[in-house]
Amino acid sequence: MAIRILVGVKRAIDYAVKVQVKTDKSGVVTEGVKHSMNPFDEIAVEEAIRLKEKKVAQEVIALSCGPAQCQETLRTALALGADRAIHVEVTGKDYEMLQPLAISKLIAAVAKKENVDLVLLGKLAIDDDSNQTGQMVAGLLSWPQAVFASKVDIKDKTAEVMREIDGGSETLRVKLPAVITSDLRLNQPRFANLPSIQKAKKKPMAKMSPKDLGVDIKPHQEYLSYEEPPKRQGGGRVASVDELISKLKEKGLI
Amino acid sequence: MSSTLRLCLHSSIVRRITPSFASSRWNSTKASSEDAPKKITTHYTIYPRDKDERWKDVNMERYAEEYDVAIVGGGPAGLSAAIRLRQLAKEQNKEIRVCLVEKGSTIGAHTLSGACIESRALDELIPDWKEKGAPLDTPVTKDRFYYLTKTSAIPIPVIKGLPMYNHGNYLVRLGKVTAWLGEQAEAAGVEMYPATAASEILYHEDGSVKGVATNDVGIAKDGSPKDSFARGMELHAKCTIFAEGCHGHLAKQLFKKFDLRKNCAPQTYGIGLKEIWEVDKSKHEPGLIIHTAGWPMDTHTYGGSFMYHILDNGQPLVQVGYVVALDYENPYLNPYQEFQRFKNHPKIRPVFENGKRIAYGARALNEGGYQAIPQLSFPGGCLVGCSPGFLNVPKIKGTHTAMKSAMIAAETVFDLLKKSTDDNKSKGLEPSDYDNLGCSPGFLNVPKIKGTHTAMKSAMIAAETVFDLLKKSTDDNKSKGLEPSDYDNRIKNSWIWKELYSVRNFRPAFHTSLGVFGGIIYSALHFVFRGKEPFTLSHGKPDHACLKEAKDCKPIEYPKPDNVVTFDLLSSVSLTNTNHDSDEPPHLTLKDDSIPTRVNLPVYDGPEQRYCPAGVYEYVENDSGDRQLQINAQNCIHCKTCDIKDPKQNINWVTPQGGEGPAYNGM
Repeated sequence: MAIRILVGVKRAIDYAVKVQVKTDKSGVVTEGVKHSMNPFDEIAVEEAIRLKEKKVAQEVIALSCGPAQCQETLRTALALGADRAIHVEVTGKDYEMLQPLAISKLIAAVAKKENVDLVLLGKLAIDDDSNQTGQMVAGLLSWPQAVFASKVDIKDKTAEVMREIDGGSETLRVKLPAVITSDLRLNQPRFANLPSIQKAKKKPMAKMSPKDLGVDIKPHQEYLSYEEPPKRQGGGRVASVDELISKLKEKGLI
Repeated sequence: MSSTLRLCLHSSIVRRITPSFASSRWNSTKASSEDAPKKITTHYTIYPRDKDERWKDVNMERYAEEYDVAIVGGGPAGLSAAIRLRQLAKEQNKEIRVCLVEKGSTIGAHTLSGACIESRALDELIPDWKEKGAPLDTPVTKDRFYYLTKTSAIPIPVIKGLPMYNHGNYLVRLGKVTAWLGEQAEAAGVEMYPATAASEILYHEDGSVKGVATNDVGIAKDGSPKDSFARGMELHAKCTIFAEGCHGHLAKQLFKKFDLRKNCAPQTYGIGLKEIWEVDKSKHEPGLIIHTAGWPMDTHTYGGSFMYHILDNGQPLVQVGYVVALDYENPYLNPYQEFQRFKNHPKIRPVFENGKRIAYGARALNEGGYQAIPQLSFPGGCLVGCSPGFLNVPKIKGTHTAMKSAMIAAETVFDLLKKSTDDNKSKGLEPSDYDNLGCSPGFLNVPKIKGTHTAMKSAMIAAETVFDLLKKSTDDNKSKGLEPSDYDNRIKNSWIWKELYSVRNFRPAFHTSLGVFGGIIYSALHFVFRGKEPFTLSHGKPDHACLKEAKDCKPIEYPKPDNVVTFDLLSSVSLTNTNHDSDEPPHLTLKDDSIPTRVNLPVYDGPEQRYCPAGVYEYVENDSGDRQLQINAQNCIHCKTCDIKDPKQNINWVTPQGGEGPAYNGM
């Protein structure tokens, strides 16, 4: 029986943009800045589409939580091959304070509502680097999880996942329904081409609010300030080992 | 974002310049790390795929979509044309399908300008722009002009009557105005396709323009097909409007194919570099314009600066920039460095001292004016905006004329579309091949007493004749692009022409042996003549032919960046947010890979390593100790200066994949 997949996509500041901190330290500049789909989510979408092409999956649903602009990201997912999209609308201050736990609750609620067999997410988003959402979704649903996947094989409602770990790689076998998060080496995402972008405009996109899903998205953390990393100090050259030692002593390092 | 992740995702542009022994690791072409590395260019426009073994079995079919009008380029001109077409469609109740392609990732991502704009064209296009929220928020309050020497600034009065008088104009972030125009276009029903590059012009059999094809994706750096290879799409249109901005790559092909420049002077250009600074409130005066001429330019190089103080959502910003004309002679001149050292001037530096630089970018601009306007229309389409070039040089403004030219083009094309179907509507097609129908004329065979079979046959013959006639009339549109030949006339009868004619002698006045003083003398005389003088000065040689040989010139010693007000090139380039797929053929193609080391380097000391505002061109030592050109295509910010200034015109800029290049935010 072909499975149904829910893929989460996040609209994040494009990876090539030089991020700037607002002068009042309350956040980073996002207005007018180029945003695109989180690169790890692109990899997750690609994996879901490949599973559909292999006929392992019958339906791919794309999900995003955020303001109206998320619909552009969802349209990209549809152009890449997803069948339909769900936009959970969170705007303004609520969106600024939207944190991984709240997002996990939203994803878990949608996964249950849509009765999917697999939740595919990026391992982390490149704006907050949290690397928490996938794990928390599994926890909330009490589903098995296989994170940092670099290879996924699904057969008979079981997934064999090779994961990237510190010592190399490890292979897990998990029973579906499960949560898998993508790592860099999982695949090379395809490009969305113009004909599929045009077709994607006609694919269904549903909009809902956290209230519709019965989820309370109140934040649990308060962001106090944002700062740029300290400027790199130049190095200096020394002429001899003695000079090196005296300089190190001067700086109180030895 | 973690630095390890950044390195994983792409070899960052900031880490580009390395000592020569390590350079081979970051070369943009694989070939450089192998023996005899001479191949730099791998793009299919230089090495066609139909002769390439690796492409033998690849399916090269493309989808096609039909439109009434296709517009290439989503800048102020392209968007004005799109909006005007849809306005006319609505007014006159005639549905027309308009699409617009833009290579930037979003509308406005590749827009860069000073900018102080005249709202004249916008007033005509969208009279209620203020209610609709167009971001023209800072009217000009003060206009100052200085002639700089190394240590002082001599004020020059800007009087009403001179083109430089800016009262009534607005200081804007043109990228934001363009994004706003994009929203208006979308609301008006234009089919918008950002992040899509038009990479090829399509032609009917009779040679007229049929439309454009968008870029292919999934081609590797060495020119071979990847697994992700996918063909672009064909956008067919009855009329295609090209609005690529200054020195567009498709316009370059059109000039050649239709010989559009046979009666005009070669275009002459400048390179404009720009930064946006958030400055100390005490140094900020919203509405203040400062222009300077003189230092650091010598008396024979045309160039100057602009500084526009704007208030953007409460932020005290200064848009500062420097323009250097590309007809400069000294190959050691480095426009980026001239810009940086300009900021060190004692009158200029204090403004930026406590400030924070938040943006950087560069773009070539037209300075040819009236003398360089080519023929604008051709079978199947026309050119609008800075692509042919309507910039008013002494005013330093081209946006209003660009938009107006696009509006005129839209009106011409709309009338043409209307006429071609009106012709079909107001004139009955005459199936003169056929004579009469059925029993009405009467085909009854009397002795057989049968008329039905002959009646039916006559009707069938009639149907076939009429069908052929209908087919021919739409086939005409399908096999031939419409030529908006009235567009040229309408431009000549518009205020664009009058305006550009009156200022036509300003720029060439700087080109005489008197240098900048000739220009100043003419500017004063302009008060009397007002452009009515009976002569038209010429611009002289094309820009790329102006470079003197390096041996006849003196290298210029530029000060090192202080990282407070002046900065090094690479940290500036990272502010453009530019990016290109590391695994695609370099889009800066060379017609002949050997010319950089045979000509550019020995004769001109490789001027491209100095005029490129993004550090794309570097001469690095290879393993045998010889210097070789390395093209860092990833850094490119699509300014087009290299295509303009290369002495042998060997560099041919083509569009990379859509969505790449700089991601300017309100430049």
